Amino acid sequence: MAVTEVKAGIYAAGIDPEQIAGRIKEHFPEQVIEVTNHRDQVSVIIKKDQSVAILRYLHDDPHLSFDHLNDLTAVDWSSKKEVRFEVVYNLMSLKYRHRIRIKAQVPENNAKIGTVVPIWAGADWHERECYDLFGIEFVGHPDLRRILMPEDWEGYPLRKDYPLKGPDFEKDWPGFVEVVKRSQELKEFEWDD
Amino acid sequence: MLDTSATGLVQVEEDTRILPPNLIVTSLDKIVNWGRLSSIWPMTFGLACCAIEMMAVGASHYDFDRFGVIFRGSPRQSDCVIIAGTVTKKMVPVIRRVYDQMPEPRYVIAVGSCACTGGIFRTYSTVQGAGTFLPVDVYVPGCPPRPETFLEGVMLLQEKIRKEQARWSPWR
Repeated sequence: MAVTEVKAGIYAAGIDPEQIAGRIKEHFPEQVIEVTNHRDQVSVIIKKDQSVAILRYLHDDPHLSFDHLNDLTAVDWSSKKEVRFEVVYNLMSLKYRHRIRIKAQVPENNAKIGTVVPIWAGADWHERECYDLFGIEFVGHPDLRRILMPEDWEGYPLRKDYPLKGPDFEKDWPGFVEVVKRSQELKEFEWDD
Repeated sequence: MLDTSATGLVQVEEDTRILPPNLIVTSLDKIVNWGRLSSIWPMTFGLACCAIEMMAVGASHYDFDRFGVIFRGSPRQSDCVIIAGTVTKKMVPVIRRVYDQMPEPRYVIAVGSCACTGGIFRTYSTVQGAGTFLPVDVYVPGCPPRPETFLEGVMLLQEKIRKEQARWSPWR
């Protein structure tokens, strides 16, 4: 009996994503570059300078209340866009059930952006992954290390100019090259019949 | 050669004679190889989805135990290492260290397309086959291989051990 009542109690009505984009524009008119809508999924492309302030506003505002960071990732547009990288934040409000996507432009020559770990603690490993694979530095991150690749790996593998098959063997990761060479030296001690 | 007619020894197969009820005369090669191939204790090295298939073979339906294959948690108790899954470059020093810790005689089974050749992953992070840094005895293809294929791989290894000569010798 009470299921519908309880639901109505928990889920307050959300705001239309176009309106959320409008509110961001209102508060940060200088920062919003473009608002796109693809199949009712609204993306707001912003400059990176005030990105943390914008995301903090989205998190703290009682009518928006984006308390859940669905995903944080990056895109390498290579030569297809003027600004090479975009850091993408997929936000959701558990209270209002509305969503929005924020994309912050990060240029190649200054690949830095503020961290959002103080806002959403879950962003910690996502930002490390972006740093690991795209080489984007998250300023203020509490523990910015590589997370997937070995610590002494050279290069950022998800960048479009990184060779898909990796570097040549001699220039490959030293930990791997060393083991392969040692295994070749030890071959003479193997059983051979 | 023993004179079988005088001793009562019965030849049951080449190089093996028995005196009923329980005296068996055979070559050292045969008895050592028989012992080894009947108790292959593998070090499990499950790296990806092939490891799930390995668990299925280990479970009661396909039952690895009937071949004397009992999984060990330590390389020091193992005769064989089963590389099951995608081998990444980051994992290579670990696998090689585990292999180096195993006592002789030791064998390697590479299971699945990834462990054999790198499979579909011709990428920066994937090793193009465990053969690049380990002496692989048996390659088991499949993505992942069916449990029957898995068992076939172990039986091939058993056949290989059966044909070994003088691997027990300190002068090898």
